[in-house]
Amino acid sequence: MQEGFPRMSVATDPHDKFAEYAHPERLVSTQWLADNLGTPGLVVVESDEDVLLYETGHIAGAVKIDWHTDLNDEVTRDYVDGEGFARLMSAKGISRDSTVVIYGDKSNWWAAYALWVFTLFGHEDVRLLDGGRDKWIAEGRPVTTEVPQPQPTDYPVVERNDAPIRAYLTDVLDHFGNPLIDVRSADEYTGARTHMPAYPEEGALRGGHIPSAVSVPWARAAAEDGTFRTRDELDAIYRGEAGLKEGDDVVAYCRIGERSSHTWFVLQHLLGFENVRNYDGSWTEWGNVVRVPIVKGTEPGVAPVAAGRR
Amino acid sequence: METTALPQQLAEIVDDFQALSEPDRLQLLLEFSRGLPPLPAHLLDHPELLEQVVECQSPLFLTLDIADDSERSVSLFFSAPPEAPTTRGFAGVLQEGLDGLPAAQILAVPDDVPERLGLTRAITPLRMRGMAAMLGRIKRKIRESGAA
Repeated sequence: MQEGFPRMSVATDPHDKFAEYAHPERLVSTQWLADNLGTPGLVVVESDEDVLLYETGHIAGAVKIDWHTDLNDEVTRDYVDGEGFARLMSAKGISRDSTVVIYGDKSNWWAAYALWVFTLFGHEDVRLLDGGRDKWIAEGRPVTTEVPQPQPTDYPVVERNDAPIRAYLTDVLDHFGNPLIDVRSADEYTGARTHMPAYPEEGALRGGHIPSAVSVPWARAAAEDGTFRTRDELDAIYRGEAGLKEGDDVVAYCRIGERSSHTWFVLQHLLGFENVRNYDGSWTEWGNVVRVPIVKGTEPGVAPVAAGRR
Repeated sequence: METTALPQQLAEIVDDFQALSEPDRLQLLLEFSRGLPPLPAHLLDHPELLEQVVECQSPLFLTLDIADDSERSVSLFFSAPPEAPTTRGFAGVLQEGLDGLPAAQILAVPDDVPERLGLTRAITPLRMRGMAAMLGRIKRKIRESGAA
């Protein structure tokens, strides 16, 4: 995905707002999608947090992919392997050269996560619907409960290539000294919240953030209507406030890697940073690992010497 | 599946889920989400009387009234947006399964009821936690009211 423009089998959306982004071909507008539904080579995918939302009504012809039951391995904390992904793609009627447009609830948070997993397998032409499900519905566009029965495809078994866009715990330890973005809420960042009296434990034994990580909650990249903020607005947030510079090697994380997929999409495809990795182990791993450093409070704190440079 | 300890109206729902295949269980949950009754007027006008269950992935608010009768029977009220059908479905199951029961009987409902619906694989344990949290909150509110 970093070898220049992907081969696009369905024309891209020439929307003015998108032209400002580093990779305008990664977004389509609701109008573009309405105009292009049914185009050969286009497959529309809905991916939501709520596992039943698709069943209440979806864009005509859209297939459902669930982040948990379809994209995660059932046993190991990992994503499906090449064979699993090929099976899923075949069942959803997606070919290796299909143009895939993904949309979902909550400002495309889960849709971005699905797009990131597609990218692990090098699926070239995968785009997001700007504004996602909520915008489509807010505009009064039609939905249906009819579930498509796609013809199975012969999607090839492609080995997942994690290294360019996925960081593991050891990668993060080696990364110290380079920018880290924590995309969780302010209370999760400071450590005020991992569990509250009379509430169940949220899955991490320690609260706080990875030393030197700056806090940019993921949703700041989304406007009120769920669309991505403009190029200028995003530059002000990530290059201005968060201090990212051209050529930076960036790692983003959240709690399990879903919200940070949204930020990964913004940094990689909208702002054009070429080395952005999503640390999907995120706080549910880091907050439980024995003896990794943690910072509490509102300040980023100082990066320890990177493990690889000791 | 052990359902003898459940109140009759809840046991019937659990049996209905258990009798179905996994995809049909999801459809049944969707029906419960559609069947969740709207809030009565006195709560629509006073949303501050509702309490949020933060463990749910989507906003879910609930409250309850305990009658001044000998059984201290409990009326349950839930509110969740249509964009949250799973959360609404869980609320619908608890509403139909528990509404109108004596406080003591609700407190005696086993905490593992959500697991008995047979949805854990399809819905995932993470999401099922939201339903357990709702049941926990209902019990806590009953205890706090001193009705037990």
